[in-house]
Amino acid sequence: MDFGSLFSEFDVLGAFWVNIQLTFFAAIFALVLGTVLAVMRISPVPSLRWAGTTYVTLLRNTPLTVIIVFCVLGLWGQLGITLSSDFQRNFFWLSVLGLTVYHAAFVCEALRSGVNTVPVGQAEAARAIGLGFGDSARLVILPQAFRGAVAPLGNVLIALTKNSTVAAAGSVAETSGLLKQMIEFRPDLMVAIFLVFAFGFVILVVPIGVATTSLSRRLAVAR
Amino acid sequence: MADLATEPDPGPEPAPAHGELGPPLVELRGVDKHFGALHVLKHIDLTVARGEVVVIIGPSGSGKSTLCRTINRLETIDSGSIVIDGRELPEEGRELARLRAEVGMVFQSFNLFAHRTVLENVTLGPIKAKGVKKSDAVARARELLDRVGVGNQAAKLPAQLSGGQQQRVAIARALAMGPKVMLFDEPTSALDPEMINEVLDVMVGLARDGMTMLVVTHEMGFARRAANRVVFMDAGEIVEQADPETFFTAPRSERARDFLSKILTH
Repeated sequence: MDFGSLFSEFDVLGAFWVNIQLTFFAAIFALVLGTVLAVMRISPVPSLRWAGTTYVTLLRNTPLTVIIVFCVLGLWGQLGITLSSDFQRNFFWLSVLGLTVYHAAFVCEALRSGVNTVPVGQAEAARAIGLGFGDSARLVILPQAFRGAVAPLGNVLIALTKNSTVAAAGSVAETSGLLKQMIEFRPDLMVAIFLVFAFGFVILVVPIGVATTSLSRRLAVAR
Repeated sequence: MADLATEPDPGPEPAPAHGELGPPLVELRGVDKHFGALHVLKHIDLTVARGEVVVIIGPSGSGKSTLCRTINRLETIDSGSIVIDGRELPEEGRELARLRAEVGMVFQSFNLFAHRTVLENVTLGPIKAKGVKKSDAVARARELLDRVGVGNQAAKLPAQLSGGQQQRVAIARALAMGPKVMLFDEPTSALDPEMINEVLDVMVGLARDGMTMLVVTHEMGFARRAANRVVFMDAGEIVEQADPETFFTAPRSERARDFLSKILTH
């Protein structure tokens, strides 16, 4: 009945590894989708702005659990959409999809806060030398917006890391699923089990905060 | 040797006298603009001839900056027309971007791209908006930076430069596009006094080289030295215009006399 046996009986590190993968892929996809949404929201085309705003309002205000359950039971269960031929892997990618569409809304808003750090004169100067909206956004506004948005983007990544445990609702075998299982089988070590998982996430998340804080200082645009 | 084709001949002749100005390059006809209930431009008619240097002066809030910004459509107008080199100012889109490339603009607050080096600030437009080859754009940029006297700062970021240096880089950035006309929107108003002359000297040089310029400024010395014509605006209207000598010594309108008495008595 010793503490160490927890790690030999249960694959704790493997479960954390699943969360790291969920976070990794969802972070990359959410960054891409969120950037597209942010560009839509600052674009001069009203219909694009409307679409971007609607997306953010809808997805940001929907509980993540609802989104992931919908991805798994709706997209796969009812519509038969599969993202991988492997049964378990399919749940993994459906959960990545749910995490992505949810966090992209937050990435979009973090980036927009970054855009607000860029003086309007930068965009005027870009237009004045003949750059269109696309080039102005890509070459002048977004590079500075990203630098101004490092800290809020870090916060989104921190939230995403912890939210990756909601993938349990999508039948992905990850940490919170394992936590449930371990408490069921080893109630004698309940508190220790909880602390293992709590510390695991602290170890994952603290470096993200430290890194983004120092990055945001280093990348800050001098004006 | 860099491509100089886009540059008006930088001959040493002084600015052309009034009689020898070219055909109209910028024409504003009946331009009106409101900011909400405020009528900022009231039926403005203004023509700038090729090679002409026009200085717009007037009290703050008179609409002179807004007028300057309408010419490359950073401000839209409610009615009237703006024609540049025979072409009506286009609506948003590719056409407008092309036209803006032909109209250089220098801002009060410099607006250099803060995340790019001085050299990149000057080459960005030619490379991305005009498709100039990078090596050509760099050579031309170095030449222009030398011309405005900041050639040795090319690798620095804008924030590492003084205000006067930044504004000279901004002038080089606008010139790099080979503009037909240069707009200056209070180019020295954000500068410390000791830096104003280094920027004005560059502008006087440009005027001497025959560049068509529209300059919104409070620098009466510059107007006297370089302008062909002074336009006095107040409350959204062009109140009077004349050559600098006539305007400063014998203003016709009461409003102009009042304005000049306030700024020239110290």
